[in-house]
Amino acid sequence: MGVLFEARGLIKRYGHVEALGGADFTLNEGEVVALIGDNGAGKSTLVKCMSGVESPDEGELLLRGTPITMASPSDARKHGIETVYQDLALAPELGPAENTYIGRELLKPGLMGKLGVLDKKTMRAKAAEAFTSMGTDVKDLDAPVSALSGGQKQSVAICRAVMWASGIVFMDEPTAALGVRQTRNVLKLIRRVAETGVSVVLISHNMTEVLEVADRIEVLRLGKRVARYDAADSNVEQLVGAMTGALDTGDIK
Amino acid sequence: MTATVTPARRVRSKLFGATAFYLLGVIVAMAIVFSIIRPDAFPTFANSRNILTDVSILLVIAVGTTYVMVAAGFDLSVGSVLVFAGVMGAKVMAATGGEGWTTVVIGLVVALISGVVWGVFNGVCITVFKVPALITTLGSMGAALGIARLITNGNDIRTVPLSMIKFSVAEFLGLPWIVWIAAVVAVVGGVVLHVTRFGRRTYVIGSNDEAARRGGVNVNAHLIKLYALSGLCAGFAGFLSLVRFSTTTITGHSTDALQVITGVVLGGTSLFGGIGTVAGTVVGMFVSAVLNNGLIVIDVEPFWQEVAIGFILIVAVYIDQRRRRRRSRA
Ligand SMILES: Nc1ncnc2c1ncn2[C@@H]1O[C@H](COP(=O)(O)OP(=O)(O)OP(=O)(O)O)[C@@H](O)[C@H]1O
Ligand SMILES: [Mg+2]
Repeated sequence: MGVLFEARGLIKRYGHVEALGGADFTLNEGEVVALIGDNGAGKSTLVKCMSGVESPDEGELLLRGTPITMASPSDARKHGIETVYQDLALAPELGPAENTYIGRELLKPGLMGKLGVLDKKTMRAKAAEAFTSMGTDVKDLDAPVSALSGGQKQSVAICRAVMWASGIVFMDEPTAALGVRQTRNVLKLIRRVAETGVSVVLISHNMTEVLEVADRIEVLRLGKRVARYDAADSNVEQLVGAMTGALDTGDIK
Repeated sequence: MTATVTPARRVRSKLFGATAFYLLGVIVAMAIVFSIIRPDAFPTFANSRNILTDVSILLVIAVGTTYVMVAAGFDLSVGSVLVFAGVMGAKVMAATGGEGWTTVVIGLVVALISGVVWGVFNGVCITVFKVPALITTLGSMGAALGIARLITNGNDIRTVPLSMIKFSVAEFLGLPWIVWIAAVVAVVGGVVLHVTRFGRRTYVIGSNDEAARRGGVNVNAHLIKLYALSGLCAGFAGFLSLVRFSTTTITGHSTDALQVITGVVLGGTSLFGGIGTVAGTVVGMFVSAVLNNGLIVIDVEPFWQEVAIGFILIVAVYIDQRRRRRRSRA
Protein backbone atom coordinates (compact mmCIF):
# COMPACT_ATOMS: atom_id res chain seq x y z
CA MET A 1 0.00 0.00 0.00
CA GLY A 2 1.78 3.13 -1.21
CA VAL A 3 1.50 6.62 0.19
CA LEU A 4 -1.20 8.43 -1.75
CA PHE A 5 -1.30 11.82 -0.17
CA GLU A 6 0.86 13.64 2.29
CA ALA A 7 0.86 16.99 4.05
CA ARG A 8 4.11 18.25 5.54
CA GLY A 9 4.57 21.04 8.04
CA LEU A 10 1.34 22.89 7.25
CA ILE A 11 1.02 26.24 8.97
CA LYS A 12 -2.21 28.22 8.79
CA ARG A 13 -2.83 31.43 10.69
CA TYR A 14 -6.06 33.37 11.03
CA GLY A 15 -4.86 36.73 12.29
CA HIS A 16 -3.19 35.92 15.58
CA VAL A 17 -4.72 32.47 15.86
CA GLU A 18 -2.45 29.72 14.65
CA ALA A 19 -4.93 27.05 13.60
CA LEU A 20 -2.20 24.78 12.26
CA GLY A 21 1.32 24.91 13.65
CA GLY A 22 3.27 22.62 11.36
CA ALA A 23 0.77 19.84 10.91
CA ASP A 24 1.61 16.60 9.09
CA PHE A 25 -0.73 14.07 7.62
CA THR A 26 -0.32 10.83 5.72
CA LEU A 27 -2.84 8.85 3.70
CA ASN A 28 -2.20 5.53 2.01
CA GLU A 29 -4.03 4.18 -0.98
CA GLY A 30 -7.40 2.62 -0.33
CA GLU A 31 -7.32 3.07 3.42
CA VAL A 32 -9.65 4.71 5.89
CA VAL A 33 -7.86 7.11 8.19
CA ALA A 34 -9.57 8.74 11.14
CA LEU A 35 -8.42 12.24 12.01
CA ILE A 36 -9.21 12.97 15.62
CA GLY A 37 -8.57 15.77 18.07
CA ASP A 38 -10.28 18.05 20.55
CA ASN A 39 -12.52 20.92 19.55
CA GLY A 40 -10.36 23.59 17.96
CA ALA A 41 -7.43 21.22 17.40
CA GLY A 42 -7.39 22.26 13.75
CA LYS A 43 -9.02 19.27 12.06
CA SER A 44 -11.37 21.26 9.88
CA THR A 45 -8.62 23.69 8.99
CA LEU A 46 -6.32 20.83 8.00
CA VAL A 47 -9.01 19.34 5.78
CA LYS A 48 -9.66 22.73 4.19
CA CYS A 49 -5.96 23.11 3.44
CA MET A 50 -5.88 19.64 1.88
CA SER A 51 -8.98 20.20 -0.25
CA GLY A 52 -8.19 23.56 -1.78
CA VAL A 53 -10.60 25.67 0.28
CA GLU A 54 -7.80 27.38 2.21
CA SER A 55 -4.20 27.71 1.13
CA PRO A 56 -1.71 27.03 3.90
CA ASP A 57 0.74 29.82 4.80
CA GLU A 58 3.59 27.31 4.86
CA GLY A 59 4.18 23.64 4.22
CA GLU A 60 3.68 21.36 1.26
CA LEU A 61 1.21 18.87 -0.11
CA LEU A 62 2.31 15.80 -2.04
CA LEU A 63 0.12 13.59 -4.18
CA ARG A 64 1.83 10.30 -5.01
CA GLY A 65 5.10 11.91 -4.09
CA THR A 66 4.76 14.96 -6.33
CA PRO A 67 4.27 18.37 -4.75
CA ILE A 68 0.96 19.96 -5.74
CA THR A 69 -0.65 23.29 -5.06
CA MET A 70 -4.40 23.69 -4.89
CA ALA A 71 -5.68 27.21 -5.36
CA SER A 72 -9.35 26.26 -5.22
CA PRO A 73 -11.66 23.33 -4.56
CA SER A 74 -11.86 22.79 -8.32
CA ASP A 75 -8.11 22.13 -8.35
CA ALA A 76 -8.62 19.52 -5.66
CA ARG A 77 -11.41 17.95 -7.66
CA LYS A 78 -9.19 17.64 -10.69
CA HIS A 79 -6.98 15.45 -8.49
CA GLY A 80 -10.00 13.34 -7.57
CA ILE A 81 -10.35 14.85 -4.10
CA GLU A 82 -13.86 15.40 -2.72
CA THR A 83 -14.96 16.77 0.63
CA VAL A 84 -17.92 16.57 2.96
CA TYR A 85 -17.61 19.85 4.81
CA GLN A 86 -18.57 20.28 8.43
CA ASP A 87 -21.00 23.00 7.35
CA LEU A 88 -22.12 20.72 4.47
CA ALA A 89 -21.94 23.51 1.84
CA LEU A 90 -25.42 22.82 0.49
CA ALA A 91 -27.67 25.35 -1.21
CA PRO A 92 -30.77 25.20 1.02
CA GLU A 93 -33.20 26.54 -1.58
CA LEU A 94 -32.28 23.90 -4.14
CA GLY A 95 -33.22 20.24 -4.24
CA PRO A 96 -30.97 17.29 -3.36
CA ALA A 97 -30.28 16.40 -7.00
CA GLU A 98 -29.49 20.00 -7.87
CA ASN A 99 -27.10 20.19 -4.94
CA THR A 100 -25.30 17.10 -6.13
CA TYR A 101 -24.41 18.84 -9.38
CA ILE A 102 -23.35 22.28 -8.16
CA GLY A 103 -20.52 23.44 -10.40
CA ARG A 104 -20.70 20.24 -12.46
CA GLU A 105 -24.06 20.66 -14.12
CA LEU A 106 -24.70 18.35 -17.06
CA LEU A 107 -25.71 19.98 -20.31
CA LYS A 108 -27.97 18.60 -23.00
CA PRO A 109 -26.21 17.10 -25.98
CA GLY A 110 -25.91 19.03 -29.22
CA LEU A 111 -26.92 22.60 -29.90
CA MET A 112 -28.99 22.95 -26.73
CA GLY A 113 -25.97 22.05 -24.66
CA LYS A 114 -23.84 24.56 -26.53
CA LEU A 115 -26.40 27.17 -25.51
CA GLY A 116 -25.91 26.12 -21.91
CA VAL A 117 -29.20 24.27 -21.47
CA LEU A 118 -29.19 21.92 -18.49
CA ASP A 119 -29.95 18.24 -18.80
CA LYS A 120 -32.17 18.19 -15.73
CA LYS A 121 -33.65 14.77 -16.42
CA THR A 122 -30.32 12.96 -16.54
CA MET A 123 -28.98 14.78 -13.49
CA ARG A 124 -32.08 13.86 -11.55
CA ALA A 125 -31.97 10.23 -12.60
CA LYS A 126 -28.27 9.87 -11.82
CA ALA A 127 -28.63 11.55 -8.45
CA ALA A 128 -31.60 9.33 -7.59
CA GLU A 129 -29.58 6.30 -8.58
CA ALA A 130 -26.66 7.38 -6.40
CA PHE A 131 -28.91 8.09 -3.44
CA THR A 132 -30.51 4.67 -3.74
CA SER A 133 -27.28 2.76 -4.23
CA MET A 134 -25.79 4.44 -1.18
CA GLY A 135 -28.81 3.55 0.89
CA THR A 136 -29.77 7.09 1.83
CA ASP A 137 -33.33 7.88 2.67
CA VAL A 138 -33.78 11.04 0.63
CA LYS A 139 -37.09 10.29 -1.05
CA ASP A 140 -38.39 13.63 -2.24
CA LEU A 141 -36.03 14.89 -4.91
CA ASP A 142 -38.09 18.04 -5.39
CA ALA A 143 -38.22 19.34 -1.85
CA PRO A 144 -35.63 22.01 -1.15
CA VAL A 145 -32.76 20.80 1.00
CA SER A 146 -33.86 23.22 3.73
CA ALA A 147 -36.95 21.06 4.20
CA LEU A 148 -34.88 17.94 4.92
CA SER A 149 -33.89 16.76 8.37
CA GLY A 150 -30.35 17.33 9.61
CA GLY A 151 -29.46 13.73 8.90
CA GLN A 152 -30.92 13.80 5.42
CA LYS A 153 -28.97 16.95 4.63
CA GLN A 154 -25.82 15.21 5.74
CA SER A 155 -26.67 12.23 3.55
CA VAL A 156 -26.98 14.50 0.54
CA ALA A 157 -23.56 16.02 1.20
CA ILE A 158 -22.00 12.57 1.68
CA CYS A 159 -23.55 11.19 -1.48
CA ARG A 160 -22.34 14.15 -3.46
CA ALA A 161 -18.76 13.67 -2.34
CA VAL A 162 -18.72 9.89 -2.79
CA MET A 163 -20.40 10.12 -6.17
CA TRP A 164 -17.62 12.25 -7.61
CA ALA A 165 -14.56 11.06 -5.73
CA SER A 166 -11.94 9.07 -7.59
CA GLY A 167 -8.99 9.42 -5.23
CA ILE A 168 -9.77 10.78 -1.79
CA VAL A 169 -12.87 11.69 0.21
CA PHE A 170 -12.50 13.94 3.22
CA MET A 171 -15.42 13.73 5.62
CA ASP A 172 -15.59 16.33 8.34
CA GLU A 173 -17.86 14.87 11.04
CA PRO A 174 -20.23 13.21 8.56
CA THR A 175 -22.18 11.37 11.23
CA ALA A 176 -22.61 14.28 13.65
CA ALA A 177 -26.34 14.70 13.02
CA LEU A 178 -27.18 11.10 12.21
CA GLY A 179 -29.27 8.56 14.08
CA VAL A 180 -28.02 5.09 14.91
CA ARG A 181 -29.24 3.45 11.73
CA GLN A 182 -28.02 6.22 9.45
CA THR A 183 -24.65 6.23 11.17
CA ARG A 184 -24.34 2.50 10.50
CA ASN A 185 -25.15 3.17 6.86
CA VAL A 186 -22.49 5.83 6.56
CA LEU A 187 -19.86 3.63 8.20
CA LYS A 188 -20.77 0.81 5.84
CA LEU A 189 -20.59 3.23 2.95
CA ILE A 190 -17.13 4.38 4.03
CA ARG A 191 -15.87 0.79 3.99
CA ARG A 192 -17.46 0.20 0.61
CA VAL A 193 -15.84 3.33 -0.80
CA ALA A 194 -12.45 2.22 0.51
CA GLU A 195 -12.90 -1.17 -1.16
CA THR A 196 -13.24 0.58 -4.51
CA GLY A 197 -9.72 1.95 -3.96
CA VAL A 198 -10.72 5.44 -2.87
CA SER A 199 -9.08 6.59 0.35
CA VAL A 200 -11.29 8.07 3.04
CA VAL A 201 -10.34 10.53 5.76
CA LEU A 202 -12.91 10.59 8.53
CA ILE A 203 -13.11 13.24 11.20
CA SER A 204 -15.14 12.14 14.17
CA HIS A 205 -15.47 12.66 17.91
CA ASN A 206 -16.94 9.20 18.40
CA MET A 207 -14.07 6.90 19.40
CA THR A 208 -15.92 3.60 19.05
CA GLU A 209 -16.99 4.63 15.58
CA VAL A 210 -13.40 5.54 14.76
CA LEU A 211 -11.99 2.25 16.01
CA GLU A 212 -14.63 0.34 14.16
CA VAL A 213 -14.26 1.84 10.71
CA ALA A 214 -10.70 3.16 10.42
CA ASP A 215 -7.55 1.32 9.38
CA ARG A 216 -5.37 3.96 10.96
CA ILE A 217 -5.83 6.93 13.25
CA GLU A 218 -3.95 10.22 13.29
CA VAL A 219 -4.28 12.51 16.27
CA LEU A 220 -4.14 16.28 16.05
CA ARG A 221 -3.57 18.52 19.05
CA LEU A 222 -3.10 22.30 19.01
CA GLY A 223 -2.49 22.32 15.29
CA LYS A 224 0.09 19.53 15.23
CA ARG A 225 0.02 15.80 14.65
CA VAL A 226 0.90 14.25 17.98
CA ALA A 227 0.29 10.55 17.41
CA ARG A 228 -0.56 7.86 14.85
CA TYR A 229 -1.99 4.45 15.55
CA ASP A 230 -3.08 1.32 13.75
CA ALA A 231 -6.70 0.86 14.66
CA ALA A 232 -6.12 -2.83 15.30
CA ASP A 233 -3.76 -2.22 18.22
CA SER A 234 -5.18 0.83 19.93
CA ASN A 235 -8.04 1.50 22.31
CA VAL A 236 -10.26 4.33 23.43
CA GLU A 237 -8.13 5.28 26.45
CA GLN A 238 -5.06 5.62 24.27
CA LEU A 239 -6.83 7.83 21.76
CA VAL A 240 -8.37 10.07 24.39
CA GLY A 241 -5.03 10.32 26.14
CA ALA A 242 -3.28 11.40 22.96
CA MET A 243 -6.02 13.91 22.12
CA THR A 244 -5.95 15.61 25.48
CA GLY A 245 -2.22 15.38 25.95
CA ALA A 246 -2.54 13.32 29.12
CA LEU A 247 -0.62 10.63 27.34
CA ASP A 248 2.39 11.72 25.34
CA THR A 249 3.14 9.08 22.82
CA GLY A 250 6.30 9.11 20.85
CA ASP A 251 4.65 7.14 18.15
CA ILE A 252 5.49 9.53 15.37
CA LYS A 253 7.83 8.24 12.73
CA MET B 1 -40.34 14.70 5.06
CA THR B 2 -42.92 17.20 3.86
CA ALA B 3 -46.33 16.22 2.63
CA THR B 4 -46.63 15.05 -0.93
CA VAL B 5 -46.95 17.78 -3.50
CA THR B 6 -49.43 17.44 -6.33
CA PRO B 7 -48.00 17.91 -9.82
CA ALA B 8 -50.29 20.87 -10.47
CA ARG B 9 -49.10 22.62 -7.38
CA ARG B 10 -45.53 21.89 -8.30
CA VAL B 11 -45.90 23.46 -11.71
CA ARG B 12 -47.65 26.43 -10.18
CA SER B 13 -45.03 27.04 -7.54
CA LYS B 14 -42.24 26.44 -10.03
CA LEU B 15 -43.71 29.08 -12.29
CA PHE B 16 -44.60 31.76 -9.82
CA GLY B 17 -43.82 30.81 -6.27
CA ALA B 18 -46.83 30.75 -3.98
CA THR B 19 -46.90 34.49 -3.20
CA ALA B 20 -47.08 35.57 -6.81
CA PHE B 21 -49.92 33.17 -7.45
CA TYR B 22 -52.11 34.89 -4.88
CA LEU B 23 -51.00 38.17 -6.36
CA LEU B 24 -52.74 37.26 -9.59
CA GLY B 25 -55.90 37.23 -7.50
CA VAL B 26 -55.05 40.66 -6.13
CA ILE B 27 -54.66 42.03 -9.65
CA VAL B 28 -57.98 40.56 -10.70
CA ALA B 29 -59.65 41.99 -7.59
CA MET B 30 -58.22 45.45 -8.28
CA ALA B 31 -59.32 45.26 -11.89
CA ILE B 32 -62.85 44.34 -10.80
CA VAL B 33 -63.04 47.25 -8.33
CA PHE B 34 -61.72 49.78 -10.86
CA SER B 35 -64.09 48.40 -13.49
CA ILE B 36 -67.08 48.81 -11.19
CA ILE B 37 -66.14 52.43 -10.38
CA ARG B 38 -65.38 53.40 -13.98
CA PRO B 39 -66.96 50.80 -16.30
CA ASP B 40 -66.63 53.24 -19.17
CA ALA B 41 -62.91 53.96 -18.75
CA PHE B 42 -61.07 51.11 -17.00
CA PRO B 43 -62.07 47.83 -18.70
CA THR B 44 -61.41 49.03 -22.22
CA PHE B 45 -58.94 47.89 -24.81
CA ALA B 46 -57.36 51.33 -25.02
CA ASN B 47 -56.81 51.39 -21.28
CA SER B 48 -55.39 47.87 -21.20
CA ARG B 49 -53.01 48.98 -23.89
CA ASN B 50 -51.98 51.91 -21.70
CA ILE B 51 -51.24 49.59 -18.81
CA LEU B 52 -49.16 47.31 -21.01
CA THR B 53 -47.22 50.21 -22.49
CA ASP B 54 -46.58 51.70 -19.06
CA VAL B 55 -45.31 48.45 -17.63
CA SER B 56 -43.05 47.56 -20.57
CA ILE B 57 -40.03 49.71 -19.83
CA LEU B 58 -39.93 48.94 -16.13
CA LEU B 59 -40.41 45.25 -16.88
CA VAL B 60 -37.26 45.20 -18.99
CA ILE B 61 -35.32 46.57 -16.00
CA ALA B 62 -37.08 44.16 -13.68
CA VAL B 63 -35.86 41.14 -15.62
CA GLY B 64 -32.24 42.15 -14.91
CA THR B 65 -33.09 42.97 -11.31
CA THR B 66 -34.62 39.52 -10.85
CA TYR B 67 -31.33 37.88 -11.81
CA VAL B 68 -29.37 40.11 -9.44
CA MET B 69 -31.76 39.54 -6.56
CA VAL B 70 -31.99 35.78 -7.09
CA ALA B 71 -28.22 35.84 -6.57
CA ALA B 72 -28.82 37.78 -3.33
CA GLY B 73 -27.53 40.99 -4.89
CA PHE B 74 -29.09 44.41 -5.05
CA ASP B 75 -29.13 47.15 -7.67
CA LEU B 76 -30.44 50.62 -6.85
CA SER B 77 -28.74 52.27 -9.79
CA VAL B 78 -31.07 51.07 -12.58
CA GLY B 79 -33.14 54.27 -12.86
CA SER B 80 -30.07 56.47 -13.20
CA VAL B 81 -28.38 54.03 -15.55
CA LEU B 82 -31.53 54.15 -17.69
CA VAL B 83 -31.25 57.95 -17.86
CA PHE B 84 -27.50 57.82 -18.51
CA ALA B 85 -27.89 55.28 -21.31
CA GLY B 86 -30.70 57.28 -22.87
CA VAL B 87 -28.64 60.47 -22.78
CA MET B 88 -25.61 58.74 -24.28
CA GLY B 89 -27.74 57.16 -26.99
CA ALA B 90 -29.45 60.46 -27.83
CA LYS B 91 -26.15 62.38 -27.83
CA VAL B 92 -24.46 59.94 -30.16
CA MET B 93 -27.47 59.81 -32.48
CA ALA B 94 -27.51 63.60 -32.65
CA ALA B 95 -23.79 63.66 -33.37
CA THR B 96 -24.15 60.98 -36.05
CA GLY B 97 -26.95 62.89 -37.70
CA GLY B 98 -29.37 61.38 -40.18
CA GLU B 99 -32.91 60.20 -39.66
CA GLY B 100 -32.47 56.58 -40.73
CA TRP B 101 -32.17 53.17 -39.12
CA THR B 102 -28.37 53.17 -39.08
CA THR B 103 -28.40 56.09 -36.68
CA VAL B 104 -30.99 54.35 -34.51
CA VAL B 105 -28.94 51.16 -34.35
CA ILE B 106 -25.84 53.13 -33.40
CA GLY B 107 -27.85 54.80 -30.65
CA LEU B 108 -29.09 51.43 -29.43
CA VAL B 109 -25.60 49.96 -29.27
CA VAL B 110 -24.28 53.00 -27.41
CA ALA B 111 -27.13 52.82 -24.90
CA LEU B 112 -26.52 49.11 -24.29
CA ILE B 113 -22.79 49.62 -23.85
CA SER B 114 -23.41 52.51 -21.44
CA GLY B 115 -25.60 50.28 -19.33
CA VAL B 116 -23.12 47.42 -19.33
CA VAL B 117 -20.26 49.72 -18.31
CA TRP B 118 -22.16 50.82 -15.21
CA GLY B 119 -23.11 47.25 -14.47
CA VAL B 120 -19.52 46.04 -14.69
CA PHE B 121 -18.44 48.97 -12.52
CA ASN B 122 -21.02 47.97 -9.89
CA GLY B 123 -20.06 44.32 -10.11
CA VAL B 124 -16.34 44.96 -9.74
CA CYS B 125 -16.81 47.29 -6.77
CA ILE B 126 -19.06 44.75 -5.06
CA THR B 127 -17.06 41.59 -5.69
CA VAL B 128 -13.44 42.70 -5.98
CA PHE B 129 -13.42 45.67 -3.60
CA LYS B 130 -16.10 44.19 -1.32
CA VAL B 131 -18.13 47.39 -1.07
CA PRO B 132 -21.66 46.34 -0.07
CA ALA B 133 -24.07 46.24 -3.03
CA LEU B 134 -26.43 48.68 -1.35
CA ILE B 135 -23.72 51.32 -1.03
CA THR B 136 -22.10 50.70 -4.41
CA THR B 137 -25.33 50.97 -6.35
CA LEU B 138 -26.52 53.90 -4.23
CA GLY B 139 -23.27 55.60 -5.21
CA SER B 140 -23.59 54.82 -8.90
CA MET B 141 -27.24 55.85 -8.76
CA GLY B 142 -26.06 59.35 -7.83
CA ALA B 143 -23.03 59.33 -10.11
CA ALA B 144 -24.77 58.08 -13.26
CA LEU B 145 -27.50 60.67 -12.97
CA GLY B 146 -24.94 63.37 -12.17
CA ILE B 147 -22.91 62.57 -15.27
CA ALA B 148 -26.08 62.48 -17.39
CA ARG B 149 -26.88 65.98 -16.14
CA LEU B 150 -23.33 67.21 -16.77
CA ILE B 151 -23.49 65.97 -20.35
CA THR B 152 -26.81 67.69 -21.00
CA ASN B 153 -26.52 70.68 -18.65
CA GLY B 154 -29.63 69.26 -17.08
CA ASN B 155 -31.79 69.81 -20.18
CA ASP B 156 -33.48 66.92 -21.91
CA ILE B 157 -32.31 66.09 -25.41
CA ARG B 158 -35.38 66.27 -27.63
CA THR B 159 -33.99 65.41 -31.02
CA VAL B 160 -34.24 61.83 -32.14
CA PRO B 161 -34.12 60.37 -35.66
CA LEU B 162 -37.35 60.36 -37.61
CA SER B 163 -37.37 56.58 -38.04
CA MET B 164 -37.37 56.24 -34.28
CA ILE B 165 -40.40 58.49 -33.96
CA LYS B 166 -42.17 56.45 -36.61
CA PHE B 167 -41.28 53.25 -34.82
CA SER B 168 -42.69 54.57 -31.54
CA VAL B 169 -46.18 54.81 -33.00
CA ALA B 170 -45.96 51.64 -35.08
CA GLU B 171 -48.01 48.71 -33.82
CA PHE B 172 -48.15 44.96 -34.14
CA LEU B 173 -51.43 43.17 -33.45
CA GLY B 174 -52.82 46.34 -31.95
CA LEU B 175 -50.02 46.88 -29.46
CA PRO B 176 -46.99 49.18 -29.67
CA TRP B 177 -43.76 47.44 -30.53
CA ILE B 178 -42.15 48.18 -27.17
CA VAL B 179 -44.79 46.01 -25.51
CA TRP B 180 -43.77 43.09 -27.70
CA ILE B 181 -40.10 43.81 -27.16
CA ALA B 182 -40.58 43.81 -23.39
CA ALA B 183 -42.51 40.55 -23.66
CA VAL B 184 -39.68 38.95 -25.59
CA VAL B 185 -37.14 40.16 -23.02
CA ALA B 186 -39.24 38.69 -20.22
CA VAL B 187 -39.72 35.35 -21.95
CA VAL B 188 -36.07 34.99 -22.89
CA GLY B 189 -34.99 36.12 -19.42
CA GLY B 190 -37.36 33.67 -17.77
CA VAL B 191 -36.31 30.73 -19.91
CA VAL B 192 -32.58 31.39 -19.51
CA LEU B 193 -32.95 31.65 -15.73
CA HIS B 194 -34.94 28.45 -15.61
CA VAL B 195 -33.20 26.07 -18.01
CA THR B 196 -29.56 27.10 -18.38
CA ARG B 197 -26.44 26.50 -16.35
CA PHE B 198 -26.02 30.26 -16.05
CA GLY B 199 -29.44 30.47 -14.44
CA ARG B 200 -28.83 27.50 -12.16
CA ARG B 201 -25.60 29.00 -10.88
CA THR B 202 -27.41 32.25 -10.24
CA TYR B 203 -29.71 30.38 -7.85
CA VAL B 204 -26.85 28.50 -6.21
CA ILE B 205 -24.90 31.70 -5.54
CA GLY B 206 -27.95 33.36 -4.06
CA SER B 207 -28.74 30.34 -1.95
CA ASN B 208 -25.24 29.75 -0.57
CA ASP B 209 -22.32 31.47 -2.24
CA GLU B 210 -19.82 29.39 -0.27
CA ALA B 211 -21.39 26.20 -1.62
CA ALA B 212 -21.03 27.62 -5.11
CA ARG B 213 -17.40 28.53 -4.48
CA ARG B 214 -16.58 25.09 -3.11
CA GLY B 215 -18.41 23.61 -6.07
CA GLY B 216 -15.90 25.30 -8.31
CA VAL B 217 -18.10 28.15 -9.51
CA ASN B 218 -16.28 31.42 -10.10
CA VAL B 219 -18.64 33.41 -7.92
CA ASN B 220 -17.13 36.84 -8.49
CA ALA B 221 -17.10 36.49 -12.26
CA HIS B 222 -20.69 35.31 -12.21
CA LEU B 223 -21.82 38.21 -10.04
CA ILE B 224 -20.06 40.73 -12.29
CA LYS B 225 -21.92 39.20 -15.23
CA LEU B 226 -25.21 39.55 -13.35
CA TYR B 227 -24.65 43.24 -12.57
CA ALA B 228 -23.59 43.73 -16.18
CA LEU B 229 -26.84 42.07 -17.23
CA SER B 230 -28.77 44.39 -14.94
CA GLY B 231 -26.95 47.35 -16.50
CA LEU B 232 -27.66 45.97 -19.96
CA CYS B 233 -31.38 45.74 -19.18
CA ALA B 234 -31.39 49.26 -17.73
CA GLY B 235 -29.52 50.53 -20.81
CA PHE B 236 -32.00 48.82 -23.11
CA ALA B 237 -34.86 50.29 -21.07
CA GLY B 238 -33.22 53.70 -21.50
CA PHE B 239 -33.30 53.24 -25.24
CA LEU B 240 -36.93 52.03 -25.18
CA SER B 241 -37.79 55.11 -23.15
CA LEU B 242 -36.20 57.26 -25.88
CA VAL B 243 -38.30 55.41 -28.41
CA ARG B 244 -41.48 55.93 -26.46
CA PHE B 245 -41.11 59.59 -25.52
CA SER B 246 -38.77 60.81 -28.29
CA THR B 247 -36.83 62.64 -25.59
CA THR B 248 -34.63 61.80 -22.66
CA THR B 249 -36.51 61.94 -19.37
CA ILE B 250 -33.80 62.97 -16.96
CA THR B 251 -35.99 63.79 -14.00
CA GLY B 252 -38.50 60.99 -14.42
CA HIS B 253 -36.70 57.95 -13.04
CA SER B 254 -35.76 58.58 -9.44
CA THR B 255 -38.22 55.96 -8.19
CA ASP B 256 -37.64 53.35 -10.91
CA ALA B 257 -35.42 51.20 -8.73
CA LEU B 258 -37.94 51.34 -5.90
CA GLN B 259 -40.79 50.37 -8.21
CA VAL B 260 -38.82 47.57 -9.82
CA ILE B 261 -37.55 46.11 -6.54
CA THR B 262 -41.10 46.25 -5.16
CA GLY B 263 -42.40 44.36 -8.18
CA VAL B 264 -39.63 41.79 -8.03
CA VAL B 265 -40.07 41.13 -4.30
CA LEU B 266 -43.85 41.07 -4.65
CA GLY B 267 -43.36 38.52 -7.40
CA GLY B 268 -41.79 36.14 -4.91
CA THR B 269 -38.07 36.78 -5.31
CA SER B 270 -36.40 36.58 -1.93
CA LEU B 271 -34.28 39.48 -0.71
CA PHE B 272 -31.97 36.80 0.64
CA GLY B 273 -31.52 35.19 -2.74
CA GLY B 274 -31.95 31.66 -4.01
CA ILE B 275 -35.64 32.06 -4.81
CA GLY B 276 -37.44 33.89 -7.59
CA THR B 277 -38.78 33.64 -11.12
CA VAL B 278 -39.23 36.06 -13.98
CA ALA B 279 -42.87 34.96 -14.29
CA GLY B 280 -43.38 36.07 -10.70
CA THR B 281 -41.69 39.36 -11.47
CA VAL B 282 -44.06 39.97 -14.39
CA VAL B 283 -47.03 39.49 -12.06
CA GLY B 284 -45.42 41.69 -9.41
CA MET B 285 -44.82 44.48 -11.90
CA PHE B 286 -48.43 44.39 -13.01
CA VAL B 287 -49.62 45.03 -9.46
CA SER B 288 -48.18 48.53 -9.42
CA ALA B 289 -49.01 49.11 -13.08
CA VAL B 290 -52.68 48.25 -12.59
CA LEU B 291 -52.86 50.17 -9.33
CA ASN B 292 -51.21 53.20 -10.86
CA ASN B 293 -53.44 53.18 -13.89
CA GLY B 294 -56.60 52.48 -11.92
CA LEU B 295 -56.00 55.35 -9.49
CA ILE B 296 -55.53 57.73 -12.41
CA VAL B 297 -58.63 56.44 -14.14
CA ILE B 298 -60.80 56.86 -11.03
CA ASP B 299 -59.29 60.32 -10.51
CA VAL B 300 -57.43 59.72 -7.28
CA GLU B 301 -54.35 61.87 -6.89
CA PRO B 302 -51.49 59.85 -8.46
CA PHE B 303 -49.33 60.53 -5.39
CA TRP B 304 -51.44 57.97 -3.58
CA GLN B 305 -49.89 55.37 -5.82
CA GLU B 306 -46.44 56.19 -4.45
CA VAL B 307 -47.81 55.89 -0.93
CA ALA B 308 -49.38 52.54 -1.73
CA ILE B 309 -46.28 51.11 -3.44
CA GLY B 310 -44.09 52.16 -0.52
CA PHE B 311 -46.25 50.28 1.95
CA ILE B 312 -46.69 47.32 -0.38
CA LEU B 313 -42.91 46.96 -0.53
CA ILE B 314 -42.71 46.83 3.24
CA VAL B 315 -45.46 44.22 3.42
CA ALA B 316 -43.83 42.12 0.69
CA VAL B 317 -40.51 42.12 2.51
CA TYR B 318 -42.26 41.28 5.77
CA ILE B 319 -43.82 38.22 4.14
CA ASP B 320 -40.46 37.24 2.68
CA GLN B 321 -38.75 37.53 6.08
CA ARG B 322 -41.39 35.41 7.75
CA ARG B 323 -41.17 32.73 5.12
CA ARG B 324 -37.42 32.73 5.53
CA ARG B 325 -37.58 32.47 9.30
CA ARG B 326 -40.07 29.63 9.15
CA ARG B 327 -37.79 27.74 6.79
CA SER B 328 -34.63 28.18 8.83
CA ARG B 329 -36.50 26.88 11.86
CA ALA B 330 -37.60 23.80 9.92
N1 LIG C 1 -12.04 31.26 9.49
C1 LIG C 1 -11.42 31.35 10.70
N2 LIG C 1 -11.11 32.55 11.22
C2 LIG C 1 -10.49 32.63 12.42
N3 LIG C 1 -10.14 31.58 13.16
C3 LIG C 1 -10.44 30.35 12.70
C4 LIG C 1 -11.09 30.17 11.45
N4 LIG C 1 -11.24 28.85 11.24
C5 LIG C 1 -10.71 28.24 12.31
N5 LIG C 1 -10.22 29.14 13.19
C6 LIG C 1 -9.58 28.82 14.45
O1 LIG C 1 -8.64 27.80 14.22
C7 LIG C 1 -8.66 26.85 15.26
C8 LIG C 1 -8.91 25.47 14.70
O2 LIG C 1 -10.24 25.40 14.19
P1 LIG C 1 -10.84 24.13 13.46
O3 LIG C 1 -12.19 24.51 13.00
O4 LIG C 1 -9.88 23.66 12.46
O5 LIG C 1 -10.95 23.10 14.65
P2 LIG C 1 -11.59 21.64 14.67
O6 LIG C 1 -10.50 20.72 15.12
O7 LIG C 1 -12.23 21.34 13.39
O8 LIG C 1 -12.68 21.77 15.82
P3 LIG C 1 -14.14 21.09 15.95
O9 LIG C 1 -13.92 19.73 16.52
O10 LIG C 1 -14.83 21.96 16.93
O11 LIG C 1 -14.77 21.09 14.61
C9 LIG C 1 -9.71 27.31 16.25
O12 LIG C 1 -9.05 27.99 17.31
C10 LIG C 1 -10.55 28.28 15.46
O13 LIG C 1 -11.05 29.29 16.28
MG1 LIG D 1 -14.15 21.03 12.76
